[in-house]
Amino acid sequence: MTASARGLGVQLAPPGSEPAGLGRFGEYGGRFVPETLVPALEELEREFRSAWSSEEFRAELAGLLASYAGRPTPVTECHRLSERLGVRVLLKREDLTHTGSHKINNVLGQALLTRRMGKQRVIAETGAGQHGVATATAAALFGLECLVFMGAVDVERQALNVFRMRLLGAEVVPVESGSATLKDAINEALRDWVATVETTHYCIGSVVGPHPYPWMVREFQRVVGDEAREQCRALLGGTDPDVVLACVGGGSNAIGTFAGFIDLPGVRLVGVEAGGRGLESGQHGSSVSRGVPGVLHGARSLFLQDEHGQILEAHSISAGLDYPGVGPEHAELAAAGRAEYANATDEEALEGFELLARTEGIVPALEPAHAIAWLAREAGRSIPKGATVLVTLSGRGDKDAEQVAERLGYDSFR
Amino acid sequence: MRLEAALRDRRASGRSLLVPYVTGGLGSGWLDVVRAVADAGADAIEIGIPFSDPVIDGRTVQEASQRALELGATPASIISDAARLDVEVPLVVMTYFNPVQHMGFERFAKELVEAGIDGAIVPDLPLDELGDWSSAADAAGVETVLLAAPTTPDTRLRAICERSRGFVYGVSLMGVTGERTRLADQASVMGSRCKALTDRPVLLGVGISTAEQAVEAASFADGVVVGSALVRRLLEGGGPEQAGAFVASLRAALDDREGERG
Repeated sequence: MTASARGLGVQLAPPGSEPAGLGRFGEYGGRFVPETLVPALEELEREFRSAWSSEEFRAELAGLLASYAGRPTPVTECHRLSERLGVRVLLKREDLTHTGSHKINNVLGQALLTRRMGKQRVIAETGAGQHGVATATAAALFGLECLVFMGAVDVERQALNVFRMRLLGAEVVPVESGSATLKDAINEALRDWVATVETTHYCIGSVVGPHPYPWMVREFQRVVGDEAREQCRALLGGTDPDVVLACVGGGSNAIGTFAGFIDLPGVRLVGVEAGGRGLESGQHGSSVSRGVPGVLHGARSLFLQDEHGQILEAHSISAGLDYPGVGPEHAELAAAGRAEYANATDEEALEGFELLARTEGIVPALEPAHAIAWLAREAGRSIPKGATVLVTLSGRGDKDAEQVAERLGYDSFR
Repeated sequence: MRLEAALRDRRASGRSLLVPYVTGGLGSGWLDVVRAVADAGADAIEIGIPFSDPVIDGRTVQEASQRALELGATPASIISDAARLDVEVPLVVMTYFNPVQHMGFERFAKELVEAGIDGAIVPDLPLDELGDWSSAADAAGVETVLLAAPTTPDTRLRAICERSRGFVYGVSLMGVTGERTRLADQASVMGSRCKALTDRPVLLGVGISTAEQAVEAASFADGVVVGSALVRRLLEGGGPEQAGAFVASLRAALDDREGERG
């Protein structure tokens, strides 16, 4: 076992467990891709494995995470919210990183790998735009050409992030096909990659996609959970939180958070998916609750689909959770019963958004607002009074201000 | 092994092989399109089973797939419709892995066989993941055609050529399906690399759009697959007659080439 790699206050733990076989988490995962992409995925897997076991690589990434991204992020004790809910609430503050979400953790890792592989161009998909902004940022930092695919619906509802990406020198390609959201942005990125794979790295933003992405992105996001575990112990006199909570679209902030606590059987792990207009409406993004096993975007996992195996459109007020699937490791954690998956509706998420703003002076992104909303609903119910809950606040809410203002009827936004 | 046997026989007779692609369920007359394509000189026909998220397809096949789905096409309906076809040439379905696994491997293979369909092409199911599908397909007698790409290294290409059934589908360019203005440079290398490794029929496909390109590509392999150029004609309102005329023009150009060479 190699030692932790240190960089200015950030420590990256030695590599965690690898999935079995060809990227298998139980029956999920794998590498279901066109033949054209197979050699590039094999190369990426080799490069990642070799880089990640190198202390030099981890130290370089740790240094970037500290000096550029602003890690470690704090854990904030929420006194007023705790008083309101009757449970002790701690927030892991990924909203405080450079670019405003946990996405930067993964992107800096993949940017270093891109350089290592000698590629000059990166492509990415984005839903809420946070991963697109993070990728555009890293591309600017490393001098890489950057193209971001974004569903046309999301381009509309996340206009601020579109501007940020363009400002950072990236080209944003609106995707009109299908539901014109995250799923379709991934389709279009894969189509680009099939044509450009020899010179281009596809910087996937979540724990989805073909092997090695679900494993690699989890390893790059583990820093969230590893930091939080130590920070919680410092705050809680050496004990761990009772519940660890994160929102789940593809599931990267959740898997990174869970990774720090997965070996502690007493810690209840909960992922909160998009309940949209309610599970019964059929308009939601709750792939674990309502999905069935299938293969999309290179991996076997749980997907919302019809009786013939056609993928259904998801719905969520938050672009980052508007995806009809979930990362394969989440599918396995659900099957194994190690993590549970709940949901919060659009309306509840809006309430969570306001609740955190007013009690703590922290405006969350709409994605983690789902986790806050579920916490508010379950405190005193499935979460006993007096319990301690860690919530990963995956990003900040600036990007959502205009959309929320319209929904909540703040007519004087402009 | 009806697909491979038929292609080998036709190759032995000295002709370049021509395999057109038709999106299943694209309009109520799609079976007549298949019949017309068969009559126009196809050596086998690919029938597309549309999927909601066709990641290796360009705009033409995406649009055709979406339209067929909107018209109510399902994997089961396309296969049962195809069972009514009485064409002489072998049929092979082209689809994505999700609809196959969703129906269940054994049931999918069985339904193909019962409908008289000889093979399956599943482009997002590479060699390493063939596992359970290929067991079911082999047991039922369905020939699984594998794709080889310009990026495929030699050792892997050898394994693909060995494991493929029916023919080897050489991807003639870096990119998704769709018409191109000229044949890609990779086509000749792809064809010769496959031909050097296998006696199985080798067809080049993806981006082969015109008679001229078909003739050029066929000089590096045993024949060609033509998809988007045909499907576009259907999307533009063409029916069996236009489809048949286009395929006949490809057939004639390929046969002329044989004549000139002979």
